Amino acid sequence: MTFAPVFGVLFDGFAYGMLLFLLSVGLSVTLGMMNFVNLAHCAFAMLGGYATATLMNGYGWPFLATLPMAFLAAAVASVAFERILYRPLYRAGELDQVLLTIGLTFMSVAVAAFFFTTAQQPIQTPSYLRGSFTVMGVTLGAYRLFLVAVGLAVALILALGIEYTRFGAQVRAAVDNQRMARGLGINVDGVFAVTFALGSGLAGLGGALAIEIVGLDPHFAFAFLVFVLIVVSVGGLGSIAGSFAAAVLLGISDQAGKYYVPAVGSFLIYLVMVVMLMWRPAGLFGRR
Amino acid sequence: MAVTASAALDARLALQAQTRWHPIEFAFWAATLLPFLLFPNHLVLASQIAITALFALSLDLILGYAGIVSLGHAAFFGLGAYTAGILSVHGWGDPFVGLAAGAALAGLAGYATSFIIARFRHLTLIMITLGLGFLLLEAANQASWLTGGSDGLQGVRIGPLLGRFTFDLYGYTAYAYSLIVLFVVFLMVRRLIHSPFGLSLRGIRENPLRMPAIGAPSAAHIRKVYTIAAVIAGIAGAVLAQTTSTVSLGVLDFQRSAEVLIILVLGGAGRLYGGLVGAIIFMVARDQFSGIAPQYWYFWIGLLLVAVVMFLPNGILGGVARLTQSWRGKTS
Repeated sequence: MTFAPVFGVLFDGFAYGMLLFLLSVGLSVTLGMMNFVNLAHCAFAMLGGYATATLMNGYGWPFLATLPMAFLAAAVASVAFERILYRPLYRAGELDQVLLTIGLTFMSVAVAAFFFTTAQQPIQTPSYLRGSFTVMGVTLGAYRLFLVAVGLAVALILALGIEYTRFGAQVRAAVDNQRMARGLGINVDGVFAVTFALGSGLAGLGGALAIEIVGLDPHFAFAFLVFVLIVVSVGGLGSIAGSFAAAVLLGISDQAGKYYVPAVGSFLIYLVMVVMLMWRPAGLFGRR
Repeated sequence: MAVTASAALDARLALQAQTRWHPIEFAFWAATLLPFLLFPNHLVLASQIAITALFALSLDLILGYAGIVSLGHAAFFGLGAYTAGILSVHGWGDPFVGLAAGAALAGLAGYATSFIIARFRHLTLIMITLGLGFLLLEAANQASWLTGGSDGLQGVRIGPLLGRFTFDLYGYTAYAYSLIVLFVVFLMVRRLIHSPFGLSLRGIRENPLRMPAIGAPSAAHIRKVYTIAAVIAGIAGAVLAQTTSTVSLGVLDFQRSAEVLIILVLGGAGRLYGGLVGAIIFMVARDQFSGIAPQYWYFWIGLLLVAVVMFLPNGILGGVARLTQSWRGKTS
C-alpha cells in the first residue's frame, strides 16, 4: 500500500462526508427539536437538484448562480408542507409520521418521473471546477475541493450561528426542552418553522451539489435516505457536531470500503451502523 | 367483594364475546373460495394476495399488537423464501419440507435478533430493523454461490403437493395451497391474540412501563412474539418461493418491508383482518394500475398513504368500525 492512495481515499471520503453532512444536518436538528421523523427530507434535496438541473439546462444559468436557487426552492417548498401536512402530526406517534412522509416520498418520486422522466439529468459543471490538482503526490479533484470548502463553510456558519446568535440560543433551548422553552416565552413553532426551512434548504443545496458526484434521477429521494438516516441516528438527534462527525466517518468508511474491500461493498456501513446503535442508542453525541 | 367478582366476570364475558366467531368472518372465509369459480384466470394473483396477507398478518402481530415498528420485516420473508428455494435446488423439493425448514430458519433468526429488538424503542428500533434488513440483503447479494446473487436463484424445482397435486400454470394448486396455509396460520394467530398472552401484548403496546409493574415481563413477551412473527413471515416467504418457483433478491429488499407496512396500515393495524383486507385492496389496485401506467403507481400509493394517515388513522377497518358504531348509535 503506497502513501498516495491512502490520502486520496481519505480526501475523497471527506468530500463525500461533506455532501452527506449538508444533506442530513437539517433532519438531525428538526428531529431533535420536534421529534418529527421526516423521511421526506431527501425529497426536498431532490427538489434542489432538479432546480439546479432545470435552471442550467433549460435557462442557461451558471452553476454557482443556481445553488442559492436550489436552497431557496427546497426551503420554500418545505415551509408549505410543514404548514399544511406536518403540523397536525407533531403529537402523533412515530408510525404515523413515518407513513405520511414515506407517502410524500413515493409521490415525489412519481412526480419527478412525470416531469423529468426516469433518465439521469446530466449537468455541465464550469471548467474551473473540473480537472484536479496534485499536491505532494496526492490527486485532489477540483470539484471535491469545492465540496469540502462549501461543507466546512456551512458547518462553521452553523456552529457559530447556533452558539452566538439569539436565534441559535432559541434553537438550543427548544432542542433541550421544548416545554420549558415554551414556558419561557420562546415561540417554538416559529423557531421550528425557520429551522425546518433552513434544514431543508441545506438539503436542497446538498442535492444540487450531489448531481456531479452521484447523478440525479427520481430515485434520489430513496437512494440517499438510508445514508442520511444513518448519519442522523449515529450522530445523535439535534447535534450539529454529531452530524458532522458521523457524516465524515460514514463518507470515509464508504469510500475506503469501496476502494480496499469492494467484495464487502456496502455491507460494512450497515454493520457499523447497527453496532454503533447497539453500543450507543442515542448516537455518538446524543444525550437522550 | 361481590362487586369486584362480578366486574371480573363481566370482563371475562366481554373477552369471551371477542373470541366468538362473527357471521361476517364466516362470510369472509367463504368468499375466499370464490376466485375458484368466478376468476379462474386470476388464481395466480389470488395466491399472491393470500401470501401477502399472511406476511401482513405476521407484521400485525408485532406492529399492531405489540407496537414494534419494524422497517426490516422482509428479512424473515426472504430467509423463508431462500431456504425453501435452496432446498429444492438441492433435491428437497417437497413443499412441506421447504415450508418447515423456511419457518424454522426464519424463527431461529427471529429469536436471535429478538434480544436486540426487545432492548430498544422508537427511532433507534426503526433504524436497527432497517440496518439488519439491509445487512441480510447485502449478505444474500454477496453470497452468490449460494443464492445466485442479483440474477436470482436458478433451478428451483418444487415437487407435487402431498405427492399428487403439481403446481400448474393457472395457479389452482398454488391458490389452494396458499389459502390453506393462510387459514391454518390465521386460526393459530386468532387463538394467540385472544389468549392472555395476546392481551398482555396489547398492554405492552399501550404502556411499556406499566406492564412490568403489574407483573408482565415485557422483554420476554416481545422476544416471544417477535419469534412467532418471524416464523410466520418465513412461512409466507417459503410459500411464495414454492408457488412461483423463483427466488430473487426482491424478497429481501426495503421496498418489500415498506410495502407490507403500507398494506397493514391501509387495512388497519391491530386488527386481525387488517392485513388481509389491506392485502386484497393493495394487490388488486396494483394489478389494475400497473396495467395503465406502472411508473406512476407509486404516486397513488403515496397519496393513499397520506390520505389514510390524515383521515383514517385506524385504517380502512377502523373507519368501517367507526361508521357502523355511529350508525348503531343513531338507530338505538
